[in-house]
Parts: sequence; C-alpha cells; structure tokens
Amino acid sequence: MGLKGRAAITGVADYKNVRNYTGKRKFFLEQWAELTQMALADAGLSKHDVDGLCCAAIPESTMFAPATIAEYLGLQVNFAETVDLGGASSVSMIWRAAAAIEMGICEAVVCAAPGLPIPSNPNPLPKDPSRVYGSTSAKWGSPQAEYDVPYGNVAQNAGYALIAQRYAATYGYDERALAKIAVDQRTNAQGNPKAVFFGEPITIDDVLQSKMIADPLHILEIVMPCAGGSAVVVVSERLAKKCQHRPVYVTGFGERLTTRSVTYADDMTVSPVGPAAASAFAMSGKKPKDVDVLEAYDCYTITVLLTIEDSGFCHKGEGITFVKENGLTFNGSFPVNTHGGQLGAGQAAGMAGGMSQPVEGVRQIMGRANGRQVDNCNAALITGTGGIMSEQSAIILEGA
Amino acid sequence: MVSIRPLPIPTPNSEPFWNGLANHQVNLQQCNDCRAWVFYPRSHCNGCLSPNLTWRKVAGNGTLYTYTVARRPTAPQFIDETPQLIAVVELNEGVRLNSVMVNVLPEALFIGMPVKPVFHQQDSATLLYFEPA
Ligand SMILES: [Zn+2]
Repeated sequence: MGLKGRAAITGVADYKNVRNYTGKRKFFLEQWAELTQMALADAGLSKHDVDGLCCAAIPESTMFAPATIAEYLGLQVNFAETVDLGGASSVSMIWRAAAAIEMGICEAVVCAAPGLPIPSNPNPLPKDPSRVYGSTSAKWGSPQAEYDVPYGNVAQNAGYALIAQRYAATYGYDERALAKIAVDQRTNAQGNPKAVFFGEPITIDDVLQSKMIADPLHILEIVMPCAGGSAVVVVSERLAKKCQHRPVYVTGFGERLTTRSVTYADDMTVSPVGPAAASAFAMSGKKPKDVDVLEAYDCYTITVLLTIEDSGFCHKGEGITFVKENGLTFNGSFPVNTHGGQLGAGQAAGMAGGMSQPVEGVRQIMGRANGRQVDNCNAALITGTGGIMSEQSAIILEGA
Repeated sequence: MVSIRPLPIPTPNSEPFWNGLANHQVNLQQCNDCRAWVFYPRSHCNGCLSPNLTWRKVAGNGTLYTYTVARRPTAPQFIDETPQLIAVVELNEGVRLNSVMVNVLPEALFIGMPVKPVFHQQDSATLLYFEPA
C-alpha cells in the first residue's frame, strides 16, 4: 500500500522569520514566485521542469488559487491542489505531491506556504464579521458558531489548554517537563539564525515564570506569531538524480481527521497523529526507533508531548518521563524540532509555520543544517497538526 | 469599548435545543435506530446516519470532563468576564458540550466534578452553563 519512495524533495527555500516585519510587503502571489524561484535554484532545476503545484488559500483570490498561482508564475501544470488542513496543510501538500509523481502525472511539484505581510489595501473592505474569531467559524449554520463561540471557546489557546488539563488529570503532569520541551527547542533555535529567538536562550524557570494564558499553558509554551514563509520542490526519481543536493525521498505518509472542535474527540488526550504516523511508518517499513530526528508540529508544548507518545516513541502516558530522560536538542538523545520548531523559531503567518518542519527535516538529511546538524541523519518523521488536534498528517523522509 | 457578546442563532435543526434552554430544560436528540444520544443537534445521527431522531428532555446533569481558566480573554468580546472558566461537560447520557462554569472559584474546580445545569440569560439567548452539583 502507498508510496514506493520514488519522489524526493531536492530543493527548499525559506525567509528569515521576523517578529516585527518592516521589509517590503508582498502579495502571496509575489511570495509564491520568489519562494519557487529560490527553491528551484536550490534544487538545480528550472521553471520549465515544474508541472505541478500544491498551495493553501491565498488572500488574493478566495477561489481558484492554483490557477491564479500558475498564471502568475507562468506555469502549466498537470496536477494542482489547494490543501485546507490548517497547520497540517504543508505536510499534506508534500505527500499529495509525492503520490501524484508516483502515479506518473507530473515530475516536479512546488509546495509553498507564504507568510510575509501583504501590502496595505488603499481601499480596505469591511472586516467580514463571520471571521472575527480567527479560524473559528462564526458563520450561521456552523456548529462552532452555535456551540463553541457563545461560550468563549474560540481560537486555539483554550482548546489546547483543555487538552492539557485532561491529560494532567488522566496521566499526571509535570510542568517542568512540558517547559523543557520549549527550552530544548529554544536551545536548537540558537543554531538557527533565521529563528525569531536566535540569540535568546531560556531556562525552565523562565517558562514557568512567564505569564499564564490559559491554565496550564504559559506564554512561553505557545508559538510566537511572525512573518516568514517557505517552500519545497518534490520531484521524480529521474529528476532527483539531476539535482545538486542529496535527494530526500518521501517514503511514507498518513493523514487522519476526526473532529473540528476537540470537545467531541473520543478521547481528548489521544491525538489523531497516532494513525497518521502509524501509516507513515508502515508504508516506509520503518519503526520509531529508526528515525534520527522528529520534526513535530509544535503550536504548543502539549502538542509535542502528544505527538511523541501517539507516534509511538514511548508508551501512552509516559511522555513526561520520556522528555525528562531525553535531550531534545540537536545533539541530544532524541532530537526534536532542530530548527527551534515554531516555539523557538516562530510561527510564520498563513500556513507557513507548518512548512518549517519539513524544510528542516530536508536540511538535516541533506546535511545542510549548519550549526545544528544531527550526526548521521538519514531518516525523519515530520508531522503537521491543524485546528485543535483536528487534522493530522505525517511523512517519513529518507536520504538516498 | 465593550464588544457585544456573540449569541447563537438557532437553525431549523437546533431550535428545539435553544427553545428548551429558554424554558429551562435540556433537550437532546436520541437516535431511534442505534439509541445513541446526539449532540450537537443534527439532521442525522452521527452514530449511524439514521435520520430518525427524537427530541427528549434530559436532566442535564453530568461531570466536568475538562476545563481551563483563561486568564487572557479568548476574544475581545469576553474581556469583561476574565478569567473565563471554560469547561467541557460530559452529560450523563455520554455526550460532551462546551460550557462555562459558574458559582465556583477557579481553585475549587476539578476534573470529574459532578455538575448541574444553570440556565444563563445572555442578552436575548439562554446559554447552558454549569455549577457544582
Ligand atoms: Zn443512530
């Protein structure tokens, strides 16, 4: 079943993450063009090789995003997909691209996630009142509008706090272990000059003394929004052999969606990343012990903890012990989010935060993660998380 | 500036639920075919997709499945209510719903706490809040 590992990522590109962006503002279409140009140059390919694209929504066009992008970039593609899986979108773009390539319908697919601010509209439209709660839908007929919003359970912080509290009551909790996730990732960010927290290491006490946002989540356990953006190029085996870096093959994937609102999850302490990762491992013929690095979607510390447990790196309920016993830094016993993750490097706007994890996994396997390189890095598990543990995807990347 | 609290706008499917709350009773749908209790209100059972659902009055008692104390408002519309005691309650029928805990101090909350309904009038709507039973 599934992928045979014949599609590879051969080029990546990313902007420096910036908290208070003062550079030139660019439309998503401009960022698509720029990131594509950068990623193709990195791969050693030309625009004429591209025959597929995967995108998320773009602000310039509510519908028909792929055709708008293809036209702007002057591409003619055999495969185009708008992926609407929140923070899981980037990982899911990559497996869709790999699957399309293995089917033989295309040979080079660009997956990009812009996240720099767009220019200010001189004639701004009135704010859509159904979108005042961010990603929580306030549209009439949406269950969220009726049963989440009136009770104040909106946006992300409360949802992940509810998960963490339930986890604590079920399995026990050690706030120092959760804080250690943020600290170790912040240590990794010290090797990444593109991270917003480059030059700003922290301690466990810093995390625990930071402002409590929604019990038990401190502000340093929550991602820092920033400007950024990144892209990858996924190509066929034939094109991979022409590229200049070590090809990074996509050898397995999985995806799992359950509920939009985590309130209705069968068990709020169990992430759908479990079945997604199990599928990815089974397809690639690998086991958790076979991967050298975990690049886990990390909107919150609790997300990382559940991803470690439910992906099978330890038993359910033993994640806290696992985190305490392992170094999660790039030179530790279990490297996690070696670029700093989104907790340490920043969460770029749009869907770009979730592209940082695959980009880092590729850099590690290519041996290009200067300053934070994991020794002998040949295989990685990359996860994406959308909504409030609503949507999960996972891919296994392996060096040729 | 105080923002206006967002209120539910009932749909044809959900009117019996919201009308029930306005009359201080909790109405839930139950599937005639698989007997599952259904929340939130739907056209079809989310257990078996049967359209044969019956509205039944229930006690509305349950337990606190999880909660958080939101010390920063989750949206500006809730700024006057900080800290918010956001709760997920599991009714005795087994369904879960979002709510707010009232008549209790944050420190007294615990997961598994027995709770009972409070019919909270919020402007023109009646919301289903809970308090310790
Ligand atoms: Zn049924």
